[in-house]
Amino acid sequence: MSPTAPAHVPESGATPARADVSRYALRLGDDALISAQRMGEWIAAAPQLEEDVALGNIALDLLGQARALLSYAGQLEEQGQDEDDLAYFRDERDFLNAQIFELGNGDFGFTMARLLVTATYQHALYDRLQRSADEPLAAIAGKAVKEVDYHRDHATQWTLRLGDGTDESHRRMQQGFDDLWPYVSELFESDDLATGLASRGVAVDPSSLEEQVLGYVDEVLAEATLARPETVLRHTGGRRGIHSEQFGYLLAEMQHLARSHPGARW
Amino acid sequence: MTERDDRVLTSEVVTGTTPRQLNAEGGHGAVPMEGVPAEQSPLRAAARDWPLWEVFVRAKRGLSHVHVGSLHAPDATMAVRNARDLYTRRQEGVSIWVMPAEHITASSPDEKDAFFDPAADKIYRHPTFYSVPDGVEHL
Repeated sequence: MSPTAPAHVPESGATPARADVSRYALRLGDDALISAQRMGEWIAAAPQLEEDVALGNIALDLLGQARALLSYAGQLEEQGQDEDDLAYFRDERDFLNAQIFELGNGDFGFTMARLLVTATYQHALYDRLQRSADEPLAAIAGKAVKEVDYHRDHATQWTLRLGDGTDESHRRMQQGFDDLWPYVSELFESDDLATGLASRGVAVDPSSLEEQVLGYVDEVLAEATLARPETVLRHTGGRRGIHSEQFGYLLAEMQHLARSHPGARW
Repeated sequence: MTERDDRVLTSEVVTGTTPRQLNAEGGHGAVPMEGVPAEQSPLRAAARDWPLWEVFVRAKRGLSHVHVGSLHAPDATMAVRNARDLYTRRQEGVSIWVMPAEHITASSPDEKDAFFDPAADKIYRHPTFYSVPDGVEHL
């Protein structure tokens, strides 16, 4: 992203700056792209062949969302970057995903804890973004909302079974949520860009999603005999390009081929 | 062991008091068969405990559910979801049934002659065996 992007001053009624909408699409697209990359790491490593396929399907859904969002973000930018430019040729500080998406997969319990929170967040987000004043965003959200609904269901089913399962599965599922929780609040952080676009009906203000998302997660946790973790630690910065140590390794693996062989085709 | 050797499949066998390392690079002859636990690890064994489910998919409204295959799942709810992921990825269906494979009672191959061969020479059981008399309407 250009450091000279215009300041995000809301001007009620005016058409939002293309750069602002682009940056917003990039945030959502990076969330989806990095989720897809992490979920894909489970292929051939999941507990069962059936679960390999399920997680692979989820990864492909997310990748599809990422492609649409990154393509749209690129079209809005003056430089006209395409989805591949944005996925493979940006550096760490240019990625705008929340940090929760980039954390290492951990065990299956952690992965399902994260999927439950992120899919519930994306579902609430896309559900409202379907009515965005920005038509391309509304269309992308309309397709994605059904996909993330299934992701949320998948994570819910596993959280219920593992949380209310054996002593070990309960312990590991709870540990997954405990490890995850310091990264949850970043999803609901607003800034001038988000509130400015939200005031024009283009974006969804992330802070307006918190009650709904955590309400659903709390219901699942209670039924799964798990407790919502208490934490004072809150990691943040992803929306401004600040990422965790693990993110560099993820990018190295994801971008290696495209950077070693630029323009390579199947 | 070189660093590279660490990445190939290795098994450690204790013969007498001397640990001995063998690997699969030399073909099957190099893999020790004695002293190696034959059973699955507990984790793998638990995974294998998932029961088998038979999956039936209805391609579209008005058609009947057709058997498409089987899968493993811990329970019926997850079986339906796994079936969705395995058998309807390319819009193959609008409805899924699953049932525990153990609840299927099948005819035995040994009974094939008694069961099926007697029908072979009874062509009058096919409607085309009969000719329609002239003048019959609405048939």
